[in-house]
Amino acid sequence: MARAATTTDAFNAIAEPRRRQILNVLARGERPVNDLVHELDLAQPQVSKHLRVLREVGAVEVRGDGRRRVYRLNGEALRPIHDWVKDFEQTWSERFDQLDAVLEDLKKEEDDGQ
Amino acid sequence: MASSATATVTLPTDDQILITREFDAPRELVWRAYTEPDLVRRWWHANRGEMTICDIDLRVGGSWRYVMATPEGFEVAFHGEYRELVPHERIVTTEVYEPVPDAEAVDTVEFSEVDCRTTITMVVQHQRKEFRDMHVESGMEDGLQDALDLLEQVAQSLS
Repeated sequence: MARAATTTDAFNAIAEPRRRQILNVLARGERPVNDLVHELDLAQPQVSKHLRVLREVGAVEVRGDGRRRVYRLNGEALRPIHDWVKDFEQTWSERFDQLDAVLEDLKKEEDDGQ
Repeated sequence: MASSATATVTLPTDDQILITREFDAPRELVWRAYTEPDLVRRWWHANRGEMTICDIDLRVGGSWRYVMATPEGFEVAFHGEYRELVPHERIVTTEVYEPVPDAEAVDTVEFSEVDCRTTITMVVQHQRKEFRDMHVESGMEDGLQDALDLLEQVAQSLS
């Protein structure tokens, strides 16, 4: 059985620079394998290996187009990563929202003191 | 007054985190809110708990320590030492998340004011990418790299 498409796997899949490069290319639109080979300047077996990992975690999907295999990005599989970054951002946003309130009080104090 | 401004977080290099946010206040006030313990206690908790310790010895070589207790009973503790202080302009300090004492980061916080509005720019410089990734709590082994660059493009394909 293929590995489950867990959050961790999606993270690992994009931690590899070449795979991230592939995702960057696919983010601009779907591509047949040969295009990816050219754009990444990598040997075809390597590209296929990376694509296999990305497929296992659901980050890319493939469809047949005649004899070609065309890959496209599946953004939904990358959502855990998106959410993770947003969570960190959320902490700082809430922290700074509190800071806004403190600043409002300080401004009021200054106005009262004048 | 509630603010709708959000903090922007990016990962400019493998070992950095960059956080920016604009505030509707002159930088003297932002500086005070950032460096006076009684004021820091009021915002640093980010609604995730209560600050039980907020020690600040604001001088070069002086140290600081922030501890927050969460409602679930966890303690979240950070400490560091000031390396550079330019009042109203710049703070450079080390930062250690206490459960991971080896992963000391260096934070550079800059305060810039335009038309009575102040932008805080904070660069968290980690020694290694793995520490940066721990900092953002990915909990993964291989580490997450510049996912944000990618995510900007990916965002369009998210429903």
